[in-house]
Amino acid sequence: MATIEARGLRKTFRTTVALDGIDLRVEEGRILGLIGPNGAGKTTALNAILGLTSYEGDLKVLGRDPWSERDHLMQDVSFIADVAVLPRWIRVTQLLDYVAGVHPRFDRAKAESFLARTTIKRTSKVRELSKGMVAQLHLALVMAIDAKLLVLDEPTLGLDILYRKQFYDSLLNDYFDHSRTIVVTTHQVEEVQDVLTDLMFINRGRIVLQCSMEEFDSRYLEVMVNPEQVAAARALKPIHERSVFGRSVLLFDHADRGQLAALGEVRRPSIADLFVAVMSDNTEQPQPPPVTTATYGASEGAIR
Amino acid sequence: MNASSNNTPESRVTTGVGDPGHNRSSTTPFNWSVRRELWENRSIYVAPLIAAVVALFGFLVSTFGMPERRQGVLLLDPAQQRAMIGAPYDVAAMMLIFTAFIVGVFYCLDALHSERRDRSILFWKSLPVSDLTTVLSKATIPLVVLPVIIFVIIVLVQFLMLLWSSAVLLSSGLAATTWTRFNLFQQSLILLYSLIVIALWHAPIYGWALLISGWARRATFLWAVLPLLAIGILEKFAFDTSHFLSMLKNRVFDAGDTAFAFQPHHGIAITSLTQLTPGRYIATPGLWIGLVFAAAFVALAVWQRRYRGPI
Repeated sequence: MATIEARGLRKTFRTTVALDGIDLRVEEGRILGLIGPNGAGKTTALNAILGLTSYEGDLKVLGRDPWSERDHLMQDVSFIADVAVLPRWIRVTQLLDYVAGVHPRFDRAKAESFLARTTIKRTSKVRELSKGMVAQLHLALVMAIDAKLLVLDEPTLGLDILYRKQFYDSLLNDYFDHSRTIVVTTHQVEEVQDVLTDLMFINRGRIVLQCSMEEFDSRYLEVMVNPEQVAAARALKPIHERSVFGRSVLLFDHADRGQLAALGEVRRPSIADLFVAVMSDNTEQPQPPPVTTATYGASEGAIR
Repeated sequence: MNASSNNTPESRVTTGVGDPGHNRSSTTPFNWSVRRELWENRSIYVAPLIAAVVALFGFLVSTFGMPERRQGVLLLDPAQQRAMIGAPYDVAAMMLIFTAFIVGVFYCLDALHSERRDRSILFWKSLPVSDLTTVLSKATIPLVVLPVIIFVIIVLVQFLMLLWSSAVLLSSGLAATTWTRFNLFQQSLILLYSLIVIALWHAPIYGWALLISGWARRATFLWAVLPLLAIGILEKFAFDTSHFLSMLKNRVFDAGDTAFAFQPHHGIAITSLTQLTPGRYIATPGLWIGLVFAAAFVALAVWQRRYRGPI
């Protein structure tokens, strides 16, 4: 049984189509990154998986229908929506008491030991904690729940770089094992690149790219082409071209590595670069592919 | 996803070992949800406590010159004596019951609204607690928790009032006259009955407030009140009648109409258990109609919460 299985998943809000027939299968033990521009349907997809929104089509999460069985499903699914959803009036101890009181798979001692590594005081109210501490608190709660599926919707939005790094480190070191599955959406793609096992791009309610990270590494190559060989490189049909410091950087799908090496410096593209390539192709902009004037630093940064 | 299932023997073993431990821990989502409401809404007990302090202070002030007045009261006939001596106790009780009603209504108007306003609904919904449990735990506050709190506080306040009046009357040898005319034990039974009567009568009001709090995006009080007033005013204009408004008034103020046999000329003071008429109350159609509405409102609130997210 797959952890998540969707066929023809559709969701419309009045006139807008948020999800336009998505087929999706996520097996146990995978870490799937769901990447897409704002309004692409990522959150709607997650909400459907979490039983927070109704939908058309077939969807089974851990074999259950999330919309009609949310409360049962939530015994095996944990969920962090963008940072500030912990109630601000609650005290840390009350939060631990409450979750321990309602969640059969919550291990309080475990949560306490995670909290012991932070500077969060048990007697503090959530409103007294910094944004980063609230994220740590929520993560400590979630990691102490023995869930099969963890869903993260922009979990690190608005956190500083130290907290963001720590967030994924804790998740990988102290939580993830091959009996769990994680689905994450984020705009900070560069920090999940080495975390993910699978990648999915979504745009306008449709899946536009779907591959495992092994596939990603073998399929896509980026070449910083020597100026005199640009024409030769273009002949090999790159899927995207951009210029960095006056030099052309071409992205290839299914190209021969040896052939590319002759043209310039070959390296692994970042998810962000592939995203830009796929999205600009997807929005059907005029040919030849526009040369983005992004600087090298910007391409490493977040996709807006 | 063409992802391979990495279900290694080790991971199977760990989950297998882990499971019995997790099944052992028993959870009580309903109890914890009620407790959660008390954490969030401290006014549930703070407001009645403040009202109690005010009542006690008022009584303290009113006991100046009490011995002399008591001499005069004792010359009246026994029923009037009871009415005069018991009056401050009844007033204190009613003040607290009224406070509880106000707290209950405003609590309900906020109960399903604040979690959407502060987005915490996303957190609550990430836990294995059903919408039914959540909404019922909130409905329990005005229907059970507040009456219990208010019962304890009223009995305590009346006991303190009795002690204080005894102290004041001690030197004039009249201390016992209060205790014999205001029987605290019997009054507590009457109070308990009254609180049940009132809670059941007001149930549709609380249900309505809960429903509106889960529905309105803002201004829950106005959404709860204005449409009802509008219906009443329309009726007045269209038919020159006011059945709807008098029905609302009856729902808010006349809980005790059929539940007590009020004695003529003694106001609303209930001094004897024989004045309680539960049979007549249970036979009142208005009680059952109200409860049906209450159940419908709560059911709608449960159904509606499924569709609700942050606002």
